[in-house]
Amino acid sequence: MKFPPLRYLTPQSLDEAIALLEQHGADAKLLSGGQSLMPMLAFRLASCSILIDLKFVPGLDRITVTDRGVELGSRVRWRDIEHDVRLPTVQPLLSMAVKHIAHYAIRNRGTVGGSLAHGDPASELPALAVACGATIAIAGPNGRRSLPAEEFFLFPLITALEPNEVIVSLHFPPWPKARSFGFQEFSRRRGDFAMAGAIVFFDQDKDQNICSPHIGAFGIADTPLRLGEAEKFLLGNRAGSRIFEEAAAHGVRNVDVRADIHADSDYRRALLATLVNRALVEAAQRTSP
Amino acid sequence: MTRSNAYIGSPLDRIEDLRLLAGAGTFVGDLKPDNLLYAVILRSPISHGRIRKIGTAAARSLQGVAAVITAAEIGEVPIIPVRQHGKPEGEPYRQPVIAGEKVRYVGEPVAVVIASEQCIAEDAAELIELEIDELPAVATHEIAARDQTLLFENTVTNLATTFYARMGDADMAFATAEYKRKEKFSVHRHTASPMETRGLLAEWNPELQRMVVSGATKVPFFNRNVVAEMLRLQPSQVDLIEVDVGGGFGARGEFYPEDFLIPFAARYVGGNVRWVEDRREHLMAMNHAREMYADLEIACRKDGTLVGVRGRIDIDLGAYVRTNGFTTPRNVVQFVSGPYLIPNIAIDAFSYLTSKTPTGTYRGPGRYEASFFCERLLDMAANDLGIDPAEFRLKNLIPEDQLPRPLATMAGLDRTWQTELDNGAYGVVMERCLKEFGWEEKKKLQGQLIDGRYHGIAVGNFVEGGAGGRFENARMTIEKGGTVTVAVGSTALGQGLQTILSQIAADALSMPIERIRLLHGSTTLVTQGFGSFHSRSTVMGGSAILLAAEALVALLRDKGASHFGCEPDQVSVSDGYVYYGTKSMEFSAFAGSEVERQFENRKLTYSYGSHTAHVAVDPGTGHVELLDYMTVDDVGRIINPATLHGQILGAIVQGLGSTFLEHLQYDENGQLLTGSLADYLLPTATDFPNIRGISLGLRPCPNNPLGAKGAGEGGLIAVGGVIGNAIAAALRSMSVEPRDLPLSPPQIWRLIQQAKASNHNPKMNEQS
Repeated sequence: MKFPPLRYLTPQSLDEAIALLEQHGADAKLLSGGQSLMPMLAFRLASCSILIDLKFVPGLDRITVTDRGVELGSRVRWRDIEHDVRLPTVQPLLSMAVKHIAHYAIRNRGTVGGSLAHGDPASELPALAVACGATIAIAGPNGRRSLPAEEFFLFPLITALEPNEVIVSLHFPPWPKARSFGFQEFSRRRGDFAMAGAIVFFDQDKDQNICSPHIGAFGIADTPLRLGEAEKFLLGNRAGSRIFEEAAAHGVRNVDVRADIHADSDYRRALLATLVNRALVEAAQRTSP
Repeated sequence: MTRSNAYIGSPLDRIEDLRLLAGAGTFVGDLKPDNLLYAVILRSPISHGRIRKIGTAAARSLQGVAAVITAAEIGEVPIIPVRQHGKPEGEPYRQPVIAGEKVRYVGEPVAVVIASEQCIAEDAAELIELEIDELPAVATHEIAARDQTLLFENTVTNLATTFYARMGDADMAFATAEYKRKEKFSVHRHTASPMETRGLLAEWNPELQRMVVSGATKVPFFNRNVVAEMLRLQPSQVDLIEVDVGGGFGARGEFYPEDFLIPFAARYVGGNVRWVEDRREHLMAMNHAREMYADLEIACRKDGTLVGVRGRIDIDLGAYVRTNGFTTPRNVVQFVSGPYLIPNIAIDAFSYLTSKTPTGTYRGPGRYEASFFCERLLDMAANDLGIDPAEFRLKNLIPEDQLPRPLATMAGLDRTWQTELDNGAYGVVMERCLKEFGWEEKKKLQGQLIDGRYHGIAVGNFVEGGAGGRFENARMTIEKGGTVTVAVGSTALGQGLQTILSQIAADALSMPIERIRLLHGSTTLVTQGFGSFHSRSTVMGGSAILLAAEALVALLRDKGASHFGCEPDQVSVSDGYVYYGTKSMEFSAFAGSEVERQFENRKLTYSYGSHTAHVAVDPGTGHVELLDYMTVDDVGRIINPATLHGQILGAIVQGLGSTFLEHLQYDENGQLLTGSLADYLLPTATDFPNIRGISLGLRPCPNNPLGAKGAGEGGLIAVGGVIGNAIAAALRSMSVEPRDLPLSPPQIWRLIQQAKASNHNPKMNEQS
């Protein structure tokens, strides 16, 4: 399948990109890696007459590590994250999650901003952003704004990004020492869309009780979620297999689980419980230095 | 090398590979003659309905559009004939090359747009106003069987045909049987997915009134004659040319609607038209396969001796009877007994038309399905009777001294529908497989829960039919430089045909393989030919080459004798020379010498073998990991062990894809839900890394001069049954019995939940 001929524009600055968006409105789409957009155009599931490639906008491809956390520029590719030697210590979940993203060739091109803007509920990065309480920096004609990831994803493939806005970066809060974490994803084949995935991390106080538990889920509902009930269950308790199982079971109980041709909602819910439990067990055995 | 008669049996590198790996292959999509126009086919978005209007004005007026062709432009719409295994009752259900009045599946061609660019043709296709009055979908064979909605109003039923496989006296056997078990099974709809989709380039020369169609694959001679007749041309005005092909697997290369539409379009616009199928089209337009529902009963003695199998198999044929429509339904009932001695058989098959993509043959047609049904029944019986599943099978394999042995008779049908197993040491090969697999050692793991996963092992056996299609031609010509050109009617689909047939030719002429030039597939090369299907090209093409080589050697002896002034039997031929005593002449002196011979054969070959599998099942996700897969097969005579090994491993992976992943899903409205490879899951390089295979040349085939047997399909045939049995063995403690394919994680998980529920409450255990 071939998409109709279209214009391909290459702005050299963020301001120019925003100006082009303003100028062309709904006819234009931003291109940042194109690993979802290009197949959708070819399948004629999406259409536009102008593609604005962010590839030549300077400054968007940096990974910045400071004591305020990790900042990923929107043009950072999955491959850059895989290769970064700092991330396994300062944001270890990111390094774990990125291994599950699609396949080698796609990881060479797919980007942070592209994935966030696409907003696929089965994607790893949006889920990680929500689970970690990350914030998304956005630039538009009226200047900059930033939005918590939790407020960014609205429906499948629909986000809070306005048509004339560009994602600049994604900011993860600092990662303390001695934090426990786990990441579990299940898909039909390696690199496929997740049928379900679980992201967990927690800290423990001096009495070994769990504090600040975070449990994220993806591939399961219309948007990535945090499983608040499971978090509540864990808070203040000692880590252990019984409490993990109960937290997992409670956590998935009230989730509005979607069904598709690959799995009905009963299976997906049970699968998520399994993965949350396994991620918690994994977390209890894996603590960052 | 001076003596060149040891090519057969040696693992020669594929002659094809250097060219392909260097990027010098030429596939249909690479062909770009001048003034090329692109075809895009508008397909029905509706499962079943009556066409009210096809408005093409807007599409025609788009800049760059050369033509829009519908049934109206074609006039009298040709109907696609049946190539093999046709029956009179199937005739009314054949497919017109384009839908004019009714559509019967999502994907049926409705219009063809010809334009100067692919994207313009796609734009124009979107502008066609297609109005269809929907009729009730006939989305399942159960709905079809009710005959409330007929797909063809000029018929009285959606039941296209029936088959009855009979042997011995099943009723008597079951009446007196010591053990019986009745089960329902199903195999899901899936199909071949060649790496390269279909494609055709049709070049019409108005001055010469000649049509050249590139992209022929499976049966070029048959297809040439069909398209010539449909276009009202003489066969001599039409040539089908074979270029490089990225896989066929039985589905690609049959005569499809496009095989008429694209040549017709070329003549309509008076030029060159190319169509390359995209994957979405492929999934809705190429033959589907396999969808069947079995209701079978097995009977044995208490000691495990099989006495009978009976029951029925319902087949979802899809919307039309295509070129090989009844091959698969015949095979499935004929092959339920596989390599096992089952003296009493009564199995009926009912083939129903449904408003889904038509079905056809796919690697191991009917045999993959039959093997799943049979092997599952065998394990259930063995388990009920407390007999080790391997022992149970060894006891019931057909002993060598009872071969050849006919399979069940296809009642009421002539001898072309009947077949018999040729020869083989079934038990020897199975025991070898068990040994290579480590059956005794792995048996200790049976049903064990280790690190959260249940382990299971299983074994199964298959027979694979080969060498179908009655004849094949080979022509040999001595060229000016003394090389020998060998032309065959068999076609290359990526299976290494060029290498294998060159090996056979080089040995037959005792000359270096570098001096053999093999041409294949195109209708320009030999006067008649069949093509490549039914694991036939090595056996049939190879045997034809043997006959041609024999004739060429005889011819050269005659010519040599008259030159040297001696008797022909004093002349010998080898290494590209003709010898008489100390005198010799190079082949080049005989340039232009040419022979063509035909190998004819009515008996099929049956290679056979065993499969074993070791799986670990994760009850939390339903995921099954394949820890080991081992096959041993006997192919009669091995021509090239390397290409054979590739065939076996490739077929196993394809079978694992069939069993675990691939599924063409429809909704109740007959809409295809799996329209891309994101949803139709093919096995990839990382999914099944642990696969092993050993091939033997234990019992040469008595039915052809090569002694070879077709060997392209056996790797696939037994996979479903063996994997189903390994999972059942792993989950034996919960009495989980997989009865329906595919064995996807949700399916396994659900079976475990159901088993837990019914084990908890035994009264609910009625279903089994």
